[in-house]
Amino acid sequence: MSISPLNRFKAEFPAKSINEGYARMVAAAFVSQLDPTVADLADIKTAVSEAVTNCIVHAYRDKTDYCPIYITGAYYPDGKTVITVRDKGCGIEDISKAVTPLYTTDTGGERSGMGFTIMESFCDKMTVSSRVGKGTTVRLVKKIVRPQS
Amino acid sequence: MHIDYKLRGTTLTASLHGEIDHHTAAIARSEIDMEIDRVKATGLNLDLSDISFCDSSGLGLVMGRLKKMKAGGGSAVVVNPSERVEKVLTLAGIDTLMPIKKEERK
Ligand SMILES: Nc1ncnc2c1ncn2[C@@H]1O[C@H](COP(=O)(O)OP(=O)(O)OP(=O)(O)O)[C@@H](O)[C@H]1O
Ligand SMILES: [Mg+2]
Repeated sequence: MSISPLNRFKAEFPAKSINEGYARMVAAAFVSQLDPTVADLADIKTAVSEAVTNCIVHAYRDKTDYCPIYITGAYYPDGKTVITVRDKGCGIEDISKAVTPLYTTDTGGERSGMGFTIMESFCDKMTVSSRVGKGTTVRLVKKIVRPQS
Repeated sequence: MHIDYKLRGTTLTASLHGEIDHHTAAIARSEIDMEIDRVKATGLNLDLSDISFCDSSGLGLVMGRLKKMKAGGGSAVVVNPSERVEKVLTLAGIDTLMPIKKEERK
């Protein structure tokens, strides 16, 4: 039996770099309902920013038509918070290689291959599922509990 | 994101304000590089004390400027990153490639 979330949200927006800030704010506003610590909130914002940036920089690198990014959030009674970021882009051929620290396929720009490493270390759990030519979903899990003062 | 500059001798201090992500890093990158070239700086201080958000794009921005300065025989230093910003930067071991200076705020 699965527990249903206390609250959830969904958002869709085009893969434009100006929306990286928007995505962070949406996720932060949602998670703020749990009264998170400043550090936890910053962790969520950073992880979401990484996932969304990857959609824009990598997933849709060769596309010119409408490129949607889908983001969902849910939190549960125990504070477990799940955020997903999905694209319909090129997909990832070798996920375990992609998540390796410092691995990047970007040559022209100034990427350092640390996005997945940051998501992993700022969340409790990160999972990537992907199909080449179909798209990628990143699932970020973090438990948000306010320390008792 | 906005940046202001101070030049002392040939050392350029670029103070960055706001959030660094992929969107703003692209703007900052070309702006800072233009200023480096304009004043022919041999040293670069990247003052990050007023950066409220930074992801891997900030890491790329810092590494890229370090590379540019080194290519011209110069050097680069990160100044006063918040604990938060430092966490992102040091995850990739940037502190082994360049100094991270913490100064008393005036
Ligand atoms: N949504 C995606 N669609 C397709 N490929 C992706 C996607 N996300 C990541 N990748 C691939 O995985 C690699 C590693 O991603 P990661 O975020 O760790 O590093 P990066 O984006 O290259 O650099 P950085 O995030 O440090 O700026 C990317 O270079 C890219 O090849
Ligand atoms: Mg990335």
